[in-house]
Amino acid sequence: MILLELLLMLLVAYGVGFLYYGLYRNITARFQRRFGPPLWQSFFDSIKFFLKEESTSHGWMFYLGPIIMMSGAITTLFFIPFFKETTNFSGLSSYGNLFVVLYLLVLGPLGNALGVGTGGNPFGAMGVTRGLSRLFALELPFYIAVIAIMSLSGSADISEIAAHQSTMYALAYPLLFIGALFSFIGMMGQSPFDVVGAPVEVYSGPASEFSGKFLALLMSQSAIYTFAKLVLMVNLFLGGAQGFLELLLKTFVLFLFVISFGSLYGRFKTPQSIDFLLKVPTTIAVIGLILATWS
Amino acid sequence: MEEGFLLEQKTLEGDLNSETSHQSSVDFLMNWFRKRSIFVLAYGTGCGAIEMPPTFTSRYDAERLGIRGAATPRQADVIIVSGYCSYKTLRRIIRTYEQMSNPKYVLALGSCTVNGGMYWDSYNTIKKLEDYLPVDMYVNGCMPRPESILEGFIELQKEIGAGKASSWQKYEENHEFYRKNQEAVLGEKVEPSYEADWYLYEGGL
Repeated sequence: MILLELLLMLLVAYGVGFLYYGLYRNITARFQRRFGPPLWQSFFDSIKFFLKEESTSHGWMFYLGPIIMMSGAITTLFFIPFFKETTNFSGLSSYGNLFVVLYLLVLGPLGNALGVGTGGNPFGAMGVTRGLSRLFALELPFYIAVIAIMSLSGSADISEIAAHQSTMYALAYPLLFIGALFSFIGMMGQSPFDVVGAPVEVYSGPASEFSGKFLALLMSQSAIYTFAKLVLMVNLFLGGAQGFLELLLKTFVLFLFVISFGSLYGRFKTPQSIDFLLKVPTTIAVIGLILATWS
Repeated sequence: MEEGFLLEQKTLEGDLNSETSHQSSVDFLMNWFRKRSIFVLAYGTGCGAIEMPPTFTSRYDAERLGIRGAATPRQADVIIVSGYCSYKTLRRIIRTYEQMSNPKYVLALGSCTVNGGMYWDSYNTIKKLEDYLPVDMYVNGCMPRPESILEGFIELQKEIGAGKASSWQKYEENHEFYRKNQEAVLGEKVEPSYEADWYLYEGGL
């Protein structure tokens, strides 16, 4: 029974993830006054890459990288409950709380670093160095906000945190939300923090040496991971969801905000983005933490 | 009545789906995905490079047909050779082409790739690209406008959909022929070695 539920969760995340990617490409196209690709273009792309032949060979660790990332994305998804106040679609969340999810969020970048590091592609290595140095700055404001939320709800269980919010934390504690939102924009790989796979600068960064099926795997994992992160954010700050409609609505609003923000702003340099994340969102989150503990 | 942009979009997509083919359903499905998603490595060799930015950006927006730029040769399906190739450029084009993974296609722009064009008697320019690399689709003109490039892409997509575009197989089957021609203009050492020698040896790490 639980296996069936996990499979369903995976299918939902895969479908919705690719749907959101299609919407992302369409909406950015409209921002740039273009018509934009078909809605399922990203899905077509990933299937096409699955159908391509492999021609590269860099040893087994190189190929293990995307697989580690994929398993990181899938396990993260399984530990995040989709709905509050119900055991439906809660996956494995009764076996692990927010701490496990925070650990698993780092698995992807680490798998990436291990895989790309053996490839020898200079752009890949540059992308990974940028990613890992940005990761420390990204985590700080997010973790501060998450610690505040855990102490406010008196629990580290994600569904309990979601159920605990009579008014959603984003409205009750806006400073915490803003601090975490900056990190979230970076986690979603949006401007101004998109230094990792920066087009034109480092080409596609970590993905630049991957081709064919492994690139398809990377695209699929990024679709699943995107949805998992959106659901986590909705559970932590936007009061969770009680049905699919509410979940899709809330994740989409959050997603729309993130991509609009990304379309409007240019890219920081790597030191600039680290500087910014360590100064502005961290300060906001710390003030939020202080206010939350005093109230 | 639809007019303007929407009509153009409909005509282009209608054209794309009109091909009726006699393939097995699995092949049909595979080719359908391949034709709907084309990652392009735009190799700006000559004047044709200037026609590609408008093709891929807001004015002509090739992305609406599933055509978008690829970051690296590893991710690309199509390489555009945009105009005349000097011997020096040819070496890079061959190396790039050989880094791409199958199935891969070549789109050649301009008269210079067909017969040398205005460089017909140049001392360091190749005349017929087809002697050195297998070409799937030529787009004529000097230079072809973005409209013609898009039309060339749609013809290429039709061929891919029908399973007829198979230049990469041709390259593998007739490799000796191509290698002989390449060596005739580039000398014995056609491709740079695939070892990361700049990285491991002198001047590298």
